Amino acid sequence: MTATPDPETDTVWVEHEALIDRIPRWAAMLGLAVIVIGIWDLATARMGWVSPIILPSPGETLSDLIFVGTNLLTGGYMLEALWTTTRTVFWAFLIAASIGFGLGVLVGETKFGERAVMPYLVAIDTMPKVAFAPLFIAWLGFDIASKVALAAFIATFPIIVSTAAGLYAASENERMLFKAMGATRWQTLFRLKLPNGLPYIFTGLKIAAVGVMAGAITGEFLGGGKGFGALIRESASMLDTPRVFSLILYLSLLGLALFFAVAWLQRRLVFWNKADRPGGVG
Amino acid sequence: MSMAEPRPLTASSAASDPVGGGRPVYEIARLSKTYARNRLTALTDVNLTLHKGEFVSVVGSSGCGKSTLLKIMSGLMPPTTGRVVLEGRPVTGPRADIGMMFQQATLLPWKTTVENIVLPIEIREGRAAAKAAIPRALELLRLVGLGDFANVYPGELSGGMAQRASICRMLIAQPAVLLLDEPFSALDELTRDFMNMELQRICAEQQATAFLVTHSLAEAVILSDRILVMKPRPGRIVEEIVIDLPRPRTLEMINTPRFGQIVAHIRDLLGKEAFQ
Repeated sequence: MTATPDPETDTVWVEHEALIDRIPRWAAMLGLAVIVIGIWDLATARMGWVSPIILPSPGETLSDLIFVGTNLLTGGYMLEALWTTTRTVFWAFLIAASIGFGLGVLVGETKFGERAVMPYLVAIDTMPKVAFAPLFIAWLGFDIASKVALAAFIATFPIIVSTAAGLYAASENERMLFKAMGATRWQTLFRLKLPNGLPYIFTGLKIAAVGVMAGAITGEFLGGGKGFGALIRESASMLDTPRVFSLILYLSLLGLALFFAVAWLQRRLVFWNKADRPGGVG
Repeated sequence: MSMAEPRPLTASSAASDPVGGGRPVYEIARLSKTYARNRLTALTDVNLTLHKGEFVSVVGSSGCGKSTLLKIMSGLMPPTTGRVVLEGRPVTGPRADIGMMFQQATLLPWKTTVENIVLPIEIREGRAAAKAAIPRALELLRLVGLGDFANVYPGELSGGMAQRASICRMLIAQPAVLLLDEPFSALDELTRDFMNMELQRICAEQQATAFLVTHSLAEAVILSDRILVMKPRPGRIVEEIVIDLPRPRTLEMINTPRFGQIVAHIRDLLGKEAFQ
């Protein structure tokens, strides 16, 4: 494709693309996975440096993954557990999104919210929220409700903060424009501040998606019941480490599904700033 | 509400001489503004009349009160004392017949260009009225040379194009007066010169009454019929200069001796203050 360089006219300083820029993303990811699994295999199955109770080999984990996958696909007891956790996560996310959004608007839009409500929210947010789990169990029992409450409680705060930040984010120029057009407070909120704050709100929703997963599983660890969290705890107490590994992997699929559902909604709603979305992924 | 419609002349005629020859549109008399919080006198005894079809600029160093004056004229801020009357009615808040343009185009990125232009109608009169105003918005877009960009989102417009769109948004409600707050100062110099010529053409076509706040003396001279020179502490108008360069103005006029004389005169007025 290129002719021989002419030393008179062609520049001799040629920029070279770094190796990592030249290989596609999937190949880089695959390469890293091969390396990590290779070392893992070496340390467990091949050399036996690590006891299988502490860390099962990749092969053991894979066969257990297939076992659990078969159980899930054939509608076994694990599917029921996954369904319980899914319902917990779903309701918790819905409740956290509603309450978080409502309180976020209160804090971000009203002086009362900013001055009177926000300090209490900050104070509660600094508490370790998992410590409230026994209270939720005492109030709501060992059924799904106490887990929903804990997960929603954990996930609400990032949504409040990001919604309020989103409402503050409208620039001085934009506020002045709306004022000059004689816009009412509601018009400024709904036609300017909320759409403008959507990227922030979605950042909060993504953090909340991670939060409800943690909350739901913690709730199931502490409060028992029928969820995936309870299965993980049982397997761990029986030193069935491969099972713990594969359960966690399937659980992460649930978390990913929720995260990407939020990211998909964001792409649909916040179509105008694909390039510089705060909060990055998805 | 057509701009050609004759309106009754108001009772009092303010201090300035009618240079443009048209009837008075915006009248300001004995205006003062004192900020209560720090007892700062931002404006004192400002008298000014804008006539129909006239282009008036105000120049001055930072803190001379020109932004305060513009905020009062746009109804965004109340004066402390004085008369502020547009089209015979006192200005007591933002009004549909005041068109405003800011340093930033400030187009909403989730609305298309044409939707941005009818936004003032949408806010004041609702969605149905905004929809009805779309043909007029398209006409304005053609006027500023953006006919093909009606349905794109502002993210795809250049800085100059975005400001042209904001000119359309300012004109959509057919305002009686245009208030321009350093509208092109964020653009590069070449675009800015071009936009100034465009602004002159659009103002002539619309017979607009315009009031420009700017830092650029050359911009003020090339666009204006009159220039008000303001000085700070307290903010006041110290001189009014009638620009007698023929219309339409061209960029070549910047190189004429007369242009140089006027700019030098204003710079002299401002410079003395700035280094005192």
